[in-house]
Amino acid sequence: MPQSAEKILDHAPLFREPEYRKMLAEKKLNFECPHSDQIVTDQGEYTKTWEYREKNLAREALVVNPAKACQPLGAVFAAAGFERTMSFVHGSQGCVAYYRSHLSRHFKEPSSAVSSSMTEDAAVFGGLKNMVDGLANTYALYDPKMIAVSTTCMAEVIGDDLHGFIENAKSEGSVPPDFDVPFAHTPAFVGSHVDGYDAMVKGILEHFWKGKERTEAAGTINIIPGFDGFCVGNNRELKRLLNLMGVSYTFIQDASDQFDTPSDGEFRMYDGGTKIKDVRAALNAEATLSLQHYNTRKTLEYCQEFEQATASFHYPLGVKATDEFLMKVSEISGKEIPETIRLERGRLIDAMADSQSWLHGKKYAIYGDPDFVYAVARFIMETGGEPIHCLATNGTTAWEAEMKELLASSPFGKDAQVWPGKDLWAMRSLLFTEPVDLLIGNSYGKYLERDAGTPLVRLMFPIFDRHHHHRFPLMGYQGGLRVLTTILDKIFDKLDRESMQLGVTDYSYDLTR
Amino acid sequence: MAGLRQIAFYGKGGIGKSTTSQNTLAALVDLGQKILIVGCDPKADSTRLILNSKAQDTVLHLAAKEGSVEDLEVEDVLKVGYRGIKCVESGGPEPGVGCAGRGVITSINFLEENGAYDDVDYVSYDVLGDVVCGGFAMPIRENKAQEIYIVMSGEMMALYAANNIAKGILKYAHSGGVRLGGLICNERQTDRELDLAEALAAKLNSKLIHFVPRDNIVQHAELRKMTVIQYAPESKQAAEYRALAEKIHANSGQGTIPTPITMEELEDMLLDFGIMKTDEQMLAELQAKEAAVAAAQ
Repeated sequence: MPQSAEKILDHAPLFREPEYRKMLAEKKLNFECPHSDQIVTDQGEYTKTWEYREKNLAREALVVNPAKACQPLGAVFAAAGFERTMSFVHGSQGCVAYYRSHLSRHFKEPSSAVSSSMTEDAAVFGGLKNMVDGLANTYALYDPKMIAVSTTCMAEVIGDDLHGFIENAKSEGSVPPDFDVPFAHTPAFVGSHVDGYDAMVKGILEHFWKGKERTEAAGTINIIPGFDGFCVGNNRELKRLLNLMGVSYTFIQDASDQFDTPSDGEFRMYDGGTKIKDVRAALNAEATLSLQHYNTRKTLEYCQEFEQATASFHYPLGVKATDEFLMKVSEISGKEIPETIRLERGRLIDAMADSQSWLHGKKYAIYGDPDFVYAVARFIMETGGEPIHCLATNGTTAWEAEMKELLASSPFGKDAQVWPGKDLWAMRSLLFTEPVDLLIGNSYGKYLERDAGTPLVRLMFPIFDRHHHHRFPLMGYQGGLRVLTTILDKIFDKLDRESMQLGVTDYSYDLTR
Repeated sequence: MAGLRQIAFYGKGGIGKSTTSQNTLAALVDLGQKILIVGCDPKADSTRLILNSKAQDTVLHLAAKEGSVEDLEVEDVLKVGYRGIKCVESGGPEPGVGCAGRGVITSINFLEENGAYDDVDYVSYDVLGDVVCGGFAMPIRENKAQEIYIVMSGEMMALYAANNIAKGILKYAHSGGVRLGGLICNERQTDRELDLAEALAAKLNSKLIHFVPRDNIVQHAELRKMTVIQYAPESKQAAEYRALAEKIHANSGQGTIPTPITMEELEDMLLDFGIMKTDEQMLAELQAKEAAVAAAQ
């Protein structure tokens, strides 16, 4: 046996041992009815052609590897950004295990959410009993300050009415009558996680703001970050900038501490998050700013009903996008942008200029959430790179129009194509037929990197196979520096790999780049 | 949305819900009200008399054609009929497949989110047969219909259905604002129909808001895809619908929380009215009949 207690092999080297190779080959032969290697290779080659690409892009009835998740994932993430809030997902249990593991695998932190565990009987009789018992258990077991309720497909299909159910559960004594139980209907078969985020944040604001009078506090700002796998780094960086400016602000939804708890001997089921009293007070803010437009469309509409000023951004990353954000904050708050921030901006531009010769004309494929793709394409063009493929599975026609306008604003965008609604299998064809230098996305891009050989830069949720990137910001000038460095590292690593062969390609294996 | 009044018509299948609601709404528009009708029945026949056409394209049919409801514009699904009444049919799956209840939820969410409720005074939901599942209760959730009107007749099954609908309303009445606006009796010329309808209304803690007499002119108008209001505005029947419309218009905020009764109570009521007989009575009659047959031999 190649495996022994003295020296335990990981599965990858283990499966290279002769015993395992033989076993796997026999399994394939006896149980998988394999085609000949020739046919497999030929078919593989065919998927790289323009002819296959045409068919692939015309595909209607099948989605392969969509670059999006479902609404309740967004709702659970949103709820994690409020003080001592437990996510309660009304529906089947397996769905909720998925949200927990998805968040946990990315943030490398525990993620708590409970389910009302609906089964066959609840599908027939409705899930009221599950709600009544579930809320009582959650309240008794996990000591939350607020329970945020969202739904899975199952509860949505049978039409369970959250408002009615929660009221009924309260009158049956599951939780005290004045306990905060905001809710959002989040059918997973419509929209994506960005819509679920929107629905949950709006649900929480409605819960605290409905029927209240607003007294405007001039110069105060609410900030809604949107669904962001880099919230840990980003929110802290933005707070640093806002503190430097001396602005009075409230983050509405802030999961930066919840998903970055320290190891100091104490387990924190809840940490940080927007305080409930701050959510109430946020009604009086002069303005609400959204950092991700497509994550907050309904929430901002709701803010407008109270005559709050609103503005939305597309993930403020890079020079111009950060400028616009800070200038808007300055305009509303009446606070100057201090010299220290001006210097940071200059340093980012200096760094971009230092590396200009390595970045100019580099071609990129970018995929992810609509606001992220917009932000990255914009920054790439600032560095002299050319976005070639911009893909968002959850991108709308409005997003497509905004992208085209952005790309038309720079000569570096002239060869760019925008792909709303397409999946990563479509991206695979694009990478083969119109190759690029770098692919920017999340961990799911590693299979595209394997197939097409395009180096992958992981900058978006979820990142399961690299650690701790989310602890560093992408937004602001500091974030721009981080994105710049990450891209450059990828470029230089590739260059080094290609010029390493002794006496053959090492003629420019330079120490200095 | 401050002055928006939302009402819904429920009732047993085939009772004349759609006919009654369209005639009433046609009369209501004559009172100067801006109206939106939302048909919540997969058969999609809640608006044909207003539009003077056969069934319109439904939200779900168009959504399926476009790929998703997100690809629809409100103008695609909203048709304007008699005197500016806006009409939408939610539609739904073919009989025997899919989930019509989810269809109602999808459609109503779509309409609300896309501003179909802006600039109207009345939204009227026309909902099929019975509150069979959560989806068909969508129109009576919080912030939807404030008053429900149950269309019924003196037939026993219509009374059963009315009582069942009252049960559905009660489920939502304590957590939200929905109330039972009243019963509308669509005359079937059964025994003591008016008395029965009034008695049931009283038992349900409600009232019989109007007794619509049977008149063949309704058929004549319907065959021409018209309401009586449009087809024969001077007719006696048109005046009945106008009276009903005025009563509903004046009934704002007058709805009650219903007190549905048990099946035994309902049967007792029918016994009291002499419409139904007890098992003993029926047995006695049967024996008398058999005795008569035996005597004749």
